[in-house]
Amino acid sequence: MRVMGQIAMVMNLDKCIGCHTCSVTCKQAWTNRSGTEYVWFNNVETRPGQGYPRRYQDQEQWRGGWVRTRRGRLKLRAGGRIRKLLGIFANPVMPTIDDYYEPWTYDYEQLTSAPLGDDFPVARPKSLISGEEMSVEWGANWDDNLGGGPDNAELDPMVQRLRQEADDKVRFAFEQAYMFYLPRICEHCLNPSCVASCPSGAMYKRAEDGIVLVDQDRCRGWRQCVTGCPYKKVYFNHRTGKAEKCTMCYPRVEVGLPTVCSETCVGRLRYLGLVLYDADRVGEAASAEDEKDLYEAQLDLFLDPSDPEVVSAARRDGIPEDWLEAARRSPVYALAKRHRVALPLHPEFRTMPMVWYIPPLSPVVDALSGTGHDGEDAGNLFGAIDTLRIPVEYLAELFTAGDPEPVRRVLRKLSAMRSYMRAVNLGEQPDEAVAAKAGMTGGEVTELYRLLGVAKYEERYVIPSAHEADGRRLEESMCSLDFEDGPGMYASGPFGEASGQPMPVSVETFHALRERQSSSGIADPGQRGARVNLLNWDGKGRPDGLFPPTASGHGSAEKPGETS
Amino acid sequence: MSTTDILLWGVLPYVTLAVLIGGTVWRYRYDQFGWTTRSSQLYESRLLRIGSPLFHFGILVVIVGHVIGLVVPESWTSAAGLSEGAYHVQAIALGTVAGLCTLVGIGILIYRRRTTGPVFMATTRNDKAMYAVLLAALVAGLATTLAGSGAVGEQHNYRETVSPWFRSLFVLRPDIEAMAEAPFSFHLHTLIGLLLFALWPFTRLVHAFTAPVGYLLRPYVLYRSRTAAPARTPRRGWEGRPGDYPESTTGAGAPYSGTPEGGPRWPRNRSRH
Repeated sequence: MRVMGQIAMVMNLDKCIGCHTCSVTCKQAWTNRSGTEYVWFNNVETRPGQGYPRRYQDQEQWRGGWVRTRRGRLKLRAGGRIRKLLGIFANPVMPTIDDYYEPWTYDYEQLTSAPLGDDFPVARPKSLISGEEMSVEWGANWDDNLGGGPDNAELDPMVQRLRQEADDKVRFAFEQAYMFYLPRICEHCLNPSCVASCPSGAMYKRAEDGIVLVDQDRCRGWRQCVTGCPYKKVYFNHRTGKAEKCTMCYPRVEVGLPTVCSETCVGRLRYLGLVLYDADRVGEAASAEDEKDLYEAQLDLFLDPSDPEVVSAARRDGIPEDWLEAARRSPVYALAKRHRVALPLHPEFRTMPMVWYIPPLSPVVDALSGTGHDGEDAGNLFGAIDTLRIPVEYLAELFTAGDPEPVRRVLRKLSAMRSYMRAVNLGEQPDEAVAAKAGMTGGEVTELYRLLGVAKYEERYVIPSAHEADGRRLEESMCSLDFEDGPGMYASGPFGEASGQPMPVSVETFHALRERQSSSGIADPGQRGARVNLLNWDGKGRPDGLFPPTASGHGSAEKPGETS
Repeated sequence: MSTTDILLWGVLPYVTLAVLIGGTVWRYRYDQFGWTTRSSQLYESRLLRIGSPLFHFGILVVIVGHVIGLVVPESWTSAAGLSEGAYHVQAIALGTVAGLCTLVGIGILIYRRRTTGPVFMATTRNDKAMYAVLLAALVAGLATTLAGSGAVGEQHNYRETVSPWFRSLFVLRPDIEAMAEAPFSFHLHTLIGLLLFALWPFTRLVHAFTAPVGYLLRPYVLYRSRTAAPARTPRRGWEGRPGDYPESTTGAGAPYSGTPEGGPRWPRNRSRH
């Protein structure tokens, strides 16, 4: 047993309202730069739908992830090492910009500078790739809320697979249509095929917290990671010629702050926590013979942080005490392993993804209530699970490689929880038999309810911070994204705009940010790097570092940074 | 042996070599972030998938051909029973095919670069200069192959002129006379080649020096510890490049070593700028 830690996420899809706040805040924080216009580290897809990039789940086309060879070994679906190297001159399966969308802006100046006339001036769309005028035909969320109707939804690879198996399960007639939202970030897989695809070894999984990163200095732009990732969550920055991906907001996570997408989630549907897993068995688990066993195999990798044997092994492997404590309080471990209500996205890609989903139940309650039944009565609910508007089979294609049983178990637990807790809320005697039918006890139901219904910030995000001794250095040690004077600016080295040394990733210091968020005093980060971020400055007092010091003292009276 | 000959064949190669090695080392240290293929496949894939492999595989064969022709002495191949005529036949066959592939490949790539809007927009002046020199080197090289083999004009056995000169460079006793005897086309190709090597470290061609052969040997999944992350000198927005300030304790490349007691480091001499 080799114990390693992994920062993992759970998303409760019942709560997602598809507001895209996570996508927008993530974009503002990380990819608000030229070269990354089309890059969405976080996106929210409407299911059924094609996803982003279009039909990324169809691995017959995109060749991402792993396959099991006849001898039971794992191989990259896009080919072995030699095949990969032969393909570096022109990657045979790489999405082009059209598979994402051509990013654009509008010619806003036209609105004010157009000559006086009878017609309203129009801001025409201009391509951010070619600078030409363009007609907008696709976007990151073109089929949002089933936009485009059956024509787009029919192209969903999961729908097509279901069609072959059970024709009547999928309906797009208006009264029968269904949808739900699926927010996606990088899965930070235990067996990452992007890392395995990178010829120059620039991609790596961090040993401490399992976050998968691209070393911007060592990336040479061979583009194999884009193909390797079956979730298409590694993007190619077309200005710098380097790969970029979701960083799990590591500068924030290192100081104990949740990721931007979690922090800003309106529905509070995201959970962040540490799980311990046995790194020695990852390969074995990922090469399970039957795809449908992959979910269980993945779950088996998780180690119980309360088990004394695991604890002593973890200590031996250098996992600090506060991390063990965080693992014990981890909401991710509780939801995925203890209650078994969270499922991985597409385990059949064999990458062992570490962002887990609680499948949606809501429409069934509404549907039942609509027909005059008691939507929260356990008997009705259990019976209705198989006639769900969102077919269990569809959810199974997403979360359990097509095996409907685990999905059914989860939905049964969720409905039992509703029924049981309603009795509690109405002051009735809750029926233990309802909980038992879903394989739980009343205590477990209550615990699950607390976690899903009332968990506060500190319970949803249990993030052990990196150790202070490292923390200071780490904070600025790695550069995932390049900054010069802030987001969107590039250094102007001698070899074009992308050359030279990149700026450290933390434009503001994240320690200072946490300080500000968690203290009532004024923002006065007296430590190193105390540049005051004016966006975070609360206007009280005059923090050190607001103005540069001068020879004559503290420089408070001087004008800051006079230019020459 | 004229002064021109000495300069061209005795001095210039060493200058080029110094620029090539020095420039590469300097760029490797200074500009890791700019060290990339700068692929434009995201913009356009159809033409690239024909042109790029054609060019790259072609040029790899061309390089192998150069190594054989320049490094292996004629006496060795003769001893192995390969007559001069036979050698030239195989050289011209292989060389012409590979050279043509390369030329067609780069032709497709340049056409694509010029006609695909986004690709052209992403083309820097540096790229254009590099393409011109690379194309010139290819055309001159192909012409030399045809000319030298006697397919066009008079046959010339470059393995008695250019090759000894090339080898003599590396033992620091350049055989200038041998090279001076070679026909004009060989001189021209060599000069363009030297220019290409001198430009090499400063263009996108550097990606060839980091060809990922290590991929064949390494484990699939890489783990790195946070603490082993490469250290880097932090720079604030108001600071210049590392080393701009003589007082700065952390020069370029020096590992960052914790919090300086005095808080943020300010430029001491701002008015200088």
